[in-house]
Amino acid sequence: MVQGADLVIRQLNAGYGAGDAIQDVNLDLPAGSVTAVIGPNGSGKSTLLKAILGLTPVVRGQVTLGGRPLDEQRERVGYVPQRELVDWTFPVSAEQVVMMGRYRRIGWVRRASQADRLAVVDALRTVDMEAHRNRQIGALSGGQQQRVFLARALVQDAAVLLLDEPMTGVDLTTERLINELFDAFRASGGSVLYATHDLETAADTADYLCFLNRRVIRFGPPKETFTPHALHETFGGELLIVAEGGDHVHLGGHHGAGHDHEAER
Amino acid sequence: MSWLTDPLGYGFVVRALVEVAIVGVSCGAIGAYVIVRRLAFIGDAISHSVFPGIVIAYLVGASILGGALVAGVVTALAIVAVARGTRIREDAAIGIFFAAAFALGIVLISTHRSFQGDLTAFLIGNLQGVSIGDLWLSMATAAVVLVLLMAFHKELLLTSFDRTLAAAMGYPITALDALLLILLTVTIVIGIQAVGIILVLAMLVTPAATARLIVDRFVPMMLVGALIGCLVGLVGYYVSFYAGIASGGTIVLVNTALFLVMYVASPSHGVLAHRRRSHPQHSALDAAVDHHGAEGPDPT
Repeated sequence: MVQGADLVIRQLNAGYGAGDAIQDVNLDLPAGSVTAVIGPNGSGKSTLLKAILGLTPVVRGQVTLGGRPLDEQRERVGYVPQRELVDWTFPVSAEQVVMMGRYRRIGWVRRASQADRLAVVDALRTVDMEAHRNRQIGALSGGQQQRVFLARALVQDAAVLLLDEPMTGVDLTTERLINELFDAFRASGGSVLYATHDLETAADTADYLCFLNRRVIRFGPPKETFTPHALHETFGGELLIVAEGGDHVHLGGHHGAGHDHEAER
Repeated sequence: MSWLTDPLGYGFVVRALVEVAIVGVSCGAIGAYVIVRRLAFIGDAISHSVFPGIVIAYLVGASILGGALVAGVVTALAIVAVARGTRIREDAAIGIFFAAAFALGIVLISTHRSFQGDLTAFLIGNLQGVSIGDLWLSMATAAVVLVLLMAFHKELLLTSFDRTLAAAMGYPITALDALLLILLTVTIVIGIQAVGIILVLAMLVTPAATARLIVDRFVPMMLVGALIGCLVGLVGYYVSFYAGIASGGTIVLVNTALFLVMYVASPSHGVLAHRRRSHPQHSALDAAVDHHGAEGPDPT
């Protein structure tokens, strides 16, 4: 179903004004893979996602998908924003939010077709939100809201999904559902890149970890990269506990992802 | 019913009522965007910036509405341009520009004292003086605004709700912002004729805010806003007609009264409804909504 393609990032420098927020980022994300970006607050996780999306000014470097510049094929990228950036009082229903993912496909001026409506219902069913399709988005729980945005990314029929802190503020059911969706998306040939604070889950479920602190500290399969050394290099003093065997890892400070964004402005 | 029909014997009353209806519908509809995008301050800025355009058009003998439109559109585009920069906060920049534009209008007026009476009409509106030509112009412009709002509904809605996704999808955000602000400007210029520069903001904000208290979806918010803007405008005009008071001010006050009533008594979002819903065991409103909503689709 998904037309998968390799996402290749070369020498990417991006940010606002003096001192690029991210520098010399090189990543190879093969079709059919899940990559978690981890790093402390202000390390450039959001900036990296936004630079790939073309939202943060790219100073140098390039991003290609299937060998062609991503700029020419924006519709192939699905995006789930940080929860903090959404106006939950906005008068739209869950279904209407998901439909927004189809807008490019529907085209200017034209209205949604029956096929678009079916795709939306389908995506809502995939994230187990069909029963809540008519509710205003602010009336949903955090996990339900996140599922609506996942459904919106799904109806885009994108080859690549970019998600900014998708697990933050969601319930366990939603977290499990998100991981299942990642698996299904990977199995169908798409690739996923997401920023997260949850090192444990990332190490358990992602194919690749990208340790980021303005530069890529480590990139590769968890087995090779998830080491105390890499963690220390990335997080420095911000990391509080690394239990024996590296099984339980918690971050110092708050998990509030919203700070990340401001720090990178 | 003669109290309703008698005034219709006067041509100026009929023209005023038609104008009020046009302004109410267009302001009420675009007002939904003013609310969700928090454009109230920008709307105020645009309506004030129109003033020097009116004065200059008056002085050189050009079309007053034309002058107003040019000045408004220039301001709207300047706001879009400033919003792209990062050095000065947007609200500060808008404050600087619109005060300067208004000041320019006042200075220009002070050099030609004889025109002050006519120009006052633009500050507080002049419904009694609406001509057939004005009506056709208002109707045509309002129709263009409404058609464009419908045509670009998807794109304007998306850029309002989620600019990040809109930009990521490759939509021309700046052009869409400019389109919305130009439509807003045109609506403001029509509205100024009815209620004046100072009160047109209320026509944009109040009916749409009242609508938001009643409905939970964007298109219904536009429709209800337009309906309220139109009906309240007509009621307000009748009140001002019989009471012999300023029509623009009366219309705005009736709108405010309706807003206050709905703020307290709206079945879905009113203060009373909230109080009823937040039962002791769910102190937060969110929790209450969540609890009830889990069973099925929202009744609204």
